[in-house]
Amino acid sequence: MKTLLLLLIAIAVVMVVISIVHPIGKKISLYVILIAIALIMLLPFYMMFVMSTLKTNEIYSFPPIVTFGTNLVENFKSMVDQVNMPRAFLNSCIVTFSYVILVLFFCSMGGYAFSVYEFPGKNVLFAILLGTMMIPATAGMIPWFIMMSRFGWVNDFKALIIPGCANAFGIFWMRQYCQNNVPKALMEAARIDGCSEWTIFFRIIAPILKPAYASLGIMNFVNQWNEFTQALIILRKEKLFTLPLLLRSMVSDRGTDYGAMMLASTCAVLPLLICFLCASKFFMDGLTAGAVKE
Amino acid sequence: MSVKKKKGLLGTLYANRVAYVYIAPFFILFAVFNLFPMIAGFALSFFRWDGLGPMHFIQFDNYVNLFQDVLFWKALKNTLFIGIIAHIPILLGGLVLAYILNSKLVKGQNIFKTIYFMPMVTSSVAISIIFMNLFGNNYGLINWFLSLFGEKPINWLGGDGSLIKVAVIVMFAWKWIGWNMVIYLAGMQGISNDIYEAAEIDGANHVQIVFRILIPLLKPIILFTLIQSTIGMFNLFTEPFILTNSSWGGGTNNGGLTLMIYLLSKAPQGGNAYGYASAVAYIITMMIVVISIVLNKVTADKDEPKKRKGRR
Repeated sequence: MKTLLLLLIAIAVVMVVISIVHPIGKKISLYVILIAIALIMLLPFYMMFVMSTLKTNEIYSFPPIVTFGTNLVENFKSMVDQVNMPRAFLNSCIVTFSYVILVLFFCSMGGYAFSVYEFPGKNVLFAILLGTMMIPATAGMIPWFIMMSRFGWVNDFKALIIPGCANAFGIFWMRQYCQNNVPKALMEAARIDGCSEWTIFFRIIAPILKPAYASLGIMNFVNQWNEFTQALIILRKEKLFTLPLLLRSMVSDRGTDYGAMMLASTCAVLPLLICFLCASKFFMDGLTAGAVKE
Repeated sequence: MSVKKKKGLLGTLYANRVAYVYIAPFFILFAVFNLFPMIAGFALSFFRWDGLGPMHFIQFDNYVNLFQDVLFWKALKNTLFIGIIAHIPILLGGLVLAYILNSKLVKGQNIFKTIYFMPMVTSSVAISIIFMNLFGNNYGLINWFLSLFGEKPINWLGGDGSLIKVAVIVMFAWKWIGWNMVIYLAGMQGISNDIYEAAEIDGANHVQIVFRILIPLLKPIILFTLIQSTIGMFNLFTEPFILTNSSWGGGTNNGGLTLMIYLLSKAPQGGNAYGYASAVAYIITMMIVVISIVLNKVTADKDEPKKRKGRR
């Protein structure tokens, strides 16, 4: 540990010195920091890909093998034998897509109503809505579970989809967007033309909200796709497992076949990761949207 | 309530029915799935109940037992230790990285941002499985790296169970640093260039710019990320749970036992102590609320307007 620390300190000193000596040195030091951390961030992903192509005994070898192997097909066969990956993928898709669609529907409706309509109690109700965001859901977790079992929703996707689908943050977020982007004149014009309120919302307002739908959709999609704790206590039958549950069942039940486990992780992670890499700016804006609220 | 007034109320409701229908789903779902369980949980925390049989009113016994349980204190200590230590890299690292990327000296801002943000879209279970391997005792990449510097292999996940916290901290930091960085960067980009230029003309150096200008201006955003990661800390479950091979006790010597694992191990996963678990849930909630309030108070500026945000 001492040698390592000394080495790190030495590198730091060198970087500080060259930054003082020359502007180019400063640039180089900054790049060194950025690239070093980027490599640390990428390393686990790289190792996951590498290990999904290795034999189990190769994974357990020391020093570790860090180049791609030839065992991908075998690992795939072993994975298919152990778990029902397509089924888990389908389950994840069902839960996530139905959740996201409902969230977008209810939250845009609520946010729109809070933004454009004037009705008695509006401010009080909105204050209540904001207040609910301050309370962590942990408080009601146990009765929530009892409720789910009384409803017969244990081992049912409904328990993961329905309770959170009209959430305060989504409504809040949609309201902000509506206030900045929905011209009231447009609604007036539509009303004069004889559109009903529903038609106005679905035909005229919803298309305007597309960018907000995208951010809110991505935010909820990522969270729901990776949801683990709730899914763990609700879904106990193997045929209902979502991807995170499937992965955990591979660790705890069979724990030894690392190659297949890594391949399964890759299968679970890769689709979303590819989407992210294709539209990273979009994802980052969506996922950090909460930070710029108010 | 008089009949006439009631009619008036119904009349108002009817006149504004569209708006009420649009906002109704939230209030109904919240009442059923959040508010009711919250109140029921409070009531339940004073009972002994196995989920099926009769309920016994036992006053504060659940809370008394809770504070006498060694495991609870261990879970609390572990959670706070992991949370507090892990906040150092994600706060400082996030700020430093954002500052570097915000300076005009480096290019490729978007590439770095994308790479740092990748863990946020990755399943925690998958991440835990990968790190379980990287932290492996006789084969892991981390021990191999240390062996280059003459270290003996360290038994991160086994041993006396204390080092598992280090593994969890590394994962926590690895996951959240990018998220913090992207948020701080957005905040920094929202600060007008004039302010920097004015400071530079006045002869301020980097350290002064960071501590006197950036951090005060970013305060609301820093507070936001702090509260978010505090909630994340109390909900810490997946990483230690997977690293300890789905152990409800948190692995060897309860080294990886967090509050969330403790809560779920009482009910509904491990045991059937529903009343007791409700008391645990309430204590966790209280801690989150108290910490949020304290953070708000500590960072609130007396002489500056409260509602200012970095962007927009």
